[in-house]
Amino acid sequence: MSNIKKTSTKRQSEIVSAESTTAINEKLLGKNPSKPMKKIEIKNVHCWYGDFHVLRDIEMAVDPNTVTALIGPSGCGKTTFLRIFNRMNDLIEGFRLEGEVMIDKKDIFSRELRVNELRKKVGMVFQKPNPFPKSIFENVAYGLRVNGITNKKIIAETVEHSLKQSALWGEVKDKLHKNALGLSGGQQQRLCIARAIAIEPSIILMDEPTSALDPISNSKIEELIYDLKQKYTILIVTHNMQQAARVSDRTAFFYLGDLVEFDETKTIFTNPKNEKTQNYITGRFG
Amino acid sequence: MTHLDNELGDLRNNLIEMFLLVQKQLRKSMQALEANDQNLAREVLFNERRVNAEELKIDRECENITALFNPVAIDLRFVFASFKINSHLESIGDSAKGISKCILESNSKFDPDLLRDLQLLKMYEIASSMIEDNMYALQHDDTNRARAVFNKDVQLDSINRDATGIIASYISKENAAVMPLLNMISIVRRIERVGDLSSNISEEIIFYVEAKVLKHEKEKS
Repeated sequence: MSNIKKTSTKRQSEIVSAESTTAINEKLLGKNPSKPMKKIEIKNVHCWYGDFHVLRDIEMAVDPNTVTALIGPSGCGKTTFLRIFNRMNDLIEGFRLEGEVMIDKKDIFSRELRVNELRKKVGMVFQKPNPFPKSIFENVAYGLRVNGITNKKIIAETVEHSLKQSALWGEVKDKLHKNALGLSGGQQQRLCIARAIAIEPSIILMDEPTSALDPISNSKIEELIYDLKQKYTILIVTHNMQQAARVSDRTAFFYLGDLVEFDETKTIFTNPKNEKTQNYITGRFG
Repeated sequence: MTHLDNELGDLRNNLIEMFLLVQKQLRKSMQALEANDQNLAREVLFNERRVNAEELKIDRECENITALFNPVAIDLRFVFASFKINSHLESIGDSAKGISKCILESNSKFDPDLLRDLQLLKMYEIASSMIEDNMYALQHDDTNRARAVFNKDVQLDSINRDATGIIASYISKENAAVMPLLNMISIVRRIERVGDLSSNISEEIIFYVEAKVLKHEKEKS
């Protein structure tokens, strides 16, 4: 009898814990846990540079903790598309955007939103490594100091953590106060990634981050992207088809301002639905 | 025409040559059977080395294209399909070799009545036309022609099923020479196997052109 009682109490606690897990999942992920909330949602987006209609009627939804590759020939609008998310296009004269761009269900073009707050949430890594002419330590600490963090211990811990996350700690831990410009190109690019993640963004934008790097540095960055997606949502512009195939979960093919195809990377590279996508990825145009 | 297009074109041409080679091997083995031509049967065995060499050459081509050009989408499917088609063609070559071995082992002309009852020549004609269909389908990316092979395989299977009973009835006759009859059943099975391999090749061609996987599907056509 006591055994039955024990079992039933255990079972009850299992049920309670299962229920609370479901409740937590629903709270975090919405009603249906199998359909997590989209990190980014874009609807009917059009962009212009003056009269030039650079992006036409773009619709896309990006899941959290995924890597999305943006591919297409030069001038197709993929970099413009990438720079929508940290509103860097706003700095270009004559740039205009119509449509809805939501990050975590919040309209990033609403009047209430402060662009600086948005850019804290959306980090960016550029084609050419661009460390500041400061020490390695100060490069990573820069964003923290700008954001008003003065506690030395917190800064030191964050710098170490960011350099570890960007797979650079082992190579620089003994020369943190040396000038960052003395690092190799690949190390400089990983330093820029460390700088971007130090302020804990939730999205990282990468604009051809390995195009200026040697193959070893290239593969280190690719491994890093693979690791970083556990924590961040990544959008990457690349001209390297194999890189897109290796690092991304989904791939978007842009052509002349249109989003021609957006699908699982596996599908895009084995059985694309659109002939233009097939011709581009097989190197028959572009 | 890109560099990759040229490489894929060469691969396709070499596969067509392989088709022609194994078709010729099969034809010679059947001619040897009909005429009990031991020399021709030996020639088939000798030429098997060429089939094997061609197989290795095409394997290497597939490997090189994959490593050097990183093909994707339809190009990747073509290389994958070629790799498998190549292996199936080599097995068709093995079937021709097996038939020739049976002829050499029997060492005497097969009973013409038995050949007629088993519909052996009809079997060969169907199998040969299946190879022809696949060769055309690969040359012209014609999946309708590839699909025609599946119905022909059904015909071969049916003739093959009847063969066991026919051979059994010949064995039960008085003074029947059993060894040639056992060799004959082996020949029938080998031609039927050519049909199965041709169906596999058709599946690969359809996979390459339409990105559809028909393997293990009951309704293929």
